Amino acid sequence: MIHVLKSGLLTSIQDLGRYGYQKHGVIASGAMDSESHRIANLLVGNHPNSPTMEITLMGPVLEFQEDTCLAICGGNLSPMIDGERVSTWKPVYIRKGSELRFGKPKEGFRSYLAVAGGFDVPEVMNSASTYMRAGIGGFKGRALQKGDCLSVRSKTKDSKLLLEKIKPKDKNITFQEAGWFVPPEFSNYEDKKSSIRVMAGREFDWFDEKSQKNFFQHSFQIDSKSDRMGYRLTGCPLSFKEEQSLLSEAVTFGTIQVPSEGNPIVLLADRQTTGGYPKIAQVASVDLPRLAQLRPGESLSFTQISHNEAQRLYLQRENEIKQLQLGIASKFR
Amino acid sequence: MELNFHPLGDQSVLIELGTTISEETNQQVRTISALLDEQQPDWIIEYIPAFTSVTVLYDPIYITKHQSPLNRDQLPYDWVCEKIQTLLSKTTESVNHQPRTIDIPVCYGHTYGPDLTNVAEQNGLTEEEVIETHMSGDYLVYMIGFAPGFPYIGGMDEKISTPRRSEPRLSIPAGSVGIAGGQTGVYPIETPGGWQLIGRTPLTLFDPSKETPSLLQSGDHIRFTRITEEEYGRLKEADK
Repeated sequence: MIHVLKSGLLTSIQDLGRYGYQKHGVIASGAMDSESHRIANLLVGNHPNSPTMEITLMGPVLEFQEDTCLAICGGNLSPMIDGERVSTWKPVYIRKGSELRFGKPKEGFRSYLAVAGGFDVPEVMNSASTYMRAGIGGFKGRALQKGDCLSVRSKTKDSKLLLEKIKPKDKNITFQEAGWFVPPEFSNYEDKKSSIRVMAGREFDWFDEKSQKNFFQHSFQIDSKSDRMGYRLTGCPLSFKEEQSLLSEAVTFGTIQVPSEGNPIVLLADRQTTGGYPKIAQVASVDLPRLAQLRPGESLSFTQISHNEAQRLYLQRENEIKQLQLGIASKFR
Repeated sequence: MELNFHPLGDQSVLIELGTTISEETNQQVRTISALLDEQQPDWIIEYIPAFTSVTVLYDPIYITKHQSPLNRDQLPYDWVCEKIQTLLSKTTESVNHQPRTIDIPVCYGHTYGPDLTNVAEQNGLTEEEVIETHMSGDYLVYMIGFAPGFPYIGGMDEKISTPRRSEPRLSIPAGSVGIAGGQTGVYPIETPGGWQLIGRTPLTLFDPSKETPSLLQSGDHIRFTRITEEEYGRLKEADK
């Protein structure tokens, strides 16, 4: 059991999303930074889709009521166990009775906490993701609150092997990190600040020439009203050649739509299934995890790539993750 | 059937079937949806039908692993477009399934439809005339979207069209039947909203525990019927 002593800003249970029900109007939800979510799971021997805890900027305080193994990936929100700094992007053995808390956010916006076995919440429509607005999935359909008690699913063979491997011999040691970690090309946040790569959207031609240029030349600020549904971008309103109306059609993670007032909205994990605003661009899948780590108040800019390039980059990244997965698996044996 | 393919990002393709809302286009949307349901290829994650399009979400990794070695240089999107083209050319006939007609019982007015008077006044009708007009419409569900199980319904008589409330309500109970401009709709879950509420149905339009969580589907015909407050209570009890 893991006991929530403090909830943090916005802490929820997520997996890779709820797919198969969008035709019924059920949004996909899921981890905002799916890459960090997957890697955190891999580090503790879980399936990549196991439920993790998505932690936003100001983290929770959690008491572990059993010995287990955990990993924290994504943004560095200064995790500490019993007052001592603990590394991210590494498996960590934690003793029963220890307390995990988070300090001052150092880099990024969201952390993913995976525990060996994964958080045990019921699957609703094939997913453990929390869809807060409809009160579906996750832990009781909502963000975590003080006093919640989370159970953990039974451990995989890999998790058990890992636990045995990194268990400290000295009973007085409250936690111990593994001697290996994820290579920096996955965890280095300095590289993550560069421009977000996008493809032109289906209605790119609807925008006037100046707006088409400005979209790539200007930077945008992420508005404070942004949430898991979308980043609202301000700083450079865009305009259309002429007023045209669009019939609602499917949108996806990373679709950038522009309402008539001109400020773009980047749709994220909790996007609606369909949208009726013109789409100026679409974020390449490979850059979605990076995008999800930007904080409201920060600025970003866009670079155009081709649809083929976006496909190739995605396949290449997935191949790198596959290699990482094999590398991690070899550490358990 | 003429198919136009457009990429939506690097993991989905939009199949465009027209540019205006019509029963014919809706029929094509349903034909494609039915074919995809029937064939269920492994590389499709799911599909999202809309007014004039069906968007297919696919798994590029599955495709690169499983496509034949001859096509190794082909990128997933081109492969998917070809596959969908073949898949859909198998049948060009419309779906055999008879369109369903679903009765939605509504308790009009009073506490359940606080804006009924307003809708009547704005259109120079009596409340009774608004109810009669609303019940006599021939309604078609064009798509489900916006919220879980929320139907976009076409076919309301313009005589009762009413603009949204200038101040949206913070919370509208599930089952509320309302009018917004020339559209009528039913709220499946409690949400904020600016629709003019004329009644409420005891039916559950969205139930996450069911295999098909949404009561209504694209292509359904709807008939609104009138019930008393007493019947509302009884049906609500029975629906639990």
